[in-house]
Amino acid sequence: MSPEYYLILAAALFTIGAVGVLVRRNSIVVFMCVELMLNAGNLTLVTFARTTGTIDGQVMAFFVMAVAAAEVVVGLAIIMAIYRSRRTASVDDANLLKA
Amino acid sequence: MIELAQAASTGEAVFFWILAPIALGGAVGLILARSAVHAALMLAITMMCLAVFYIMQAAPFLGFVQIMVYTGAIMMLFLFVLMLFGRDSKDSMFETLRGQRFFAICLGIGLAALLSAGLARAVSGMTMAPEAPWATGAQSNVEAIAEALFSTYLFPFEVVSGVLTVAAVGALMFAHVAKKGGHRGQKEHSRERFAPGVYPGPRPGPGVFATSDSTATPALRPDGSIEPASLSEYVPPRQLTAAETAPKHTEGREG
Repeated sequence: MSPEYYLILAAALFTIGAVGVLVRRNSIVVFMCVELMLNAGNLTLVTFARTTGTIDGQVMAFFVMAVAAAEVVVGLAIIMAIYRSRRTASVDDANLLKA
Repeated sequence: MIELAQAASTGEAVFFWILAPIALGGAVGLILARSAVHAALMLAITMMCLAVFYIMQAAPFLGFVQIMVYTGAIMMLFLFVLMLFGRDSKDSMFETLRGQRFFAICLGIGLAALLSAGLARAVSGMTMAPEAPWATGAQSNVEAIAEALFSTYLFPFEVVSGVLTVAAVGALMFAHVAKKGGHRGQKEHSRERFAPGVYPGPRPGPGVFATSDSTATPALRPDGSIEPASLSEYVPPRQLTAAETAPKHTEGREG
């Protein structure tokens, strides 16, 4: 099994996640698309760990997962705080900083 | 040994070609699903497929961590937040920026082209290294990761623990809502209740003097009009049918 297939799959997942971030309006769904991009990155890390025969890629993927967990917790708390004050989860309506 | 590797490679290819379309379908479903809950479930499908890919690629530890952390913890967190609000909030299809969707898809195609061109140049002819001890079974995968984690990557590991702690405290601070006003005891409540203009007695229950004791039935005054204080703000009052409003012969007398 050649590693290219995994890398192409990871690139496709990353692209779909990026398009989702650009297209979707609901901030929670946008956040899920960012998670999908992180997962695609993890897949490349694991694949390259296998092609090089070293463990470092897997350790990097492990760190990505840990940081993603922290990021999700803080991000969802921010989305909840925005929702509580503005009663909406849409990214279009959060224009408080607009001049 | 070579035959075994060949068989394993065939099995891997079969699993890959089954699971890769499912993973891609889940990802496409994530950006196409109108309901946010459906999008979350689609993402869970993709993450499960990725977990299987990790296990197939000699990373069983990461595969199980993926299932536990991503599909277990992170997706549950997403679903909890979705249940707290916006469960039935549909994405509006109204474009605030004109042509945004078109340009987004164009950019996506461009990104895909760039990535695939780069991949084609960089990794063509690349093969899997078979001799890694944690891939052949001489050393277990968890052992190898632990060895790297607690020697080479010890400092980043400690930093990650700090990041997780700070994130948990930060999330607590964001989610915490300070209670408005000070503590109100029995004295304040009692004064409020007997203030002029407030009726101090209990409110009439639903169905009082009516022919039905359903919570949807308002209490009736002696003159037959509806007592507004007995209407619940949560239960909508119900229009009773003629059969329901007819006397029920509860007094032991035939009509």
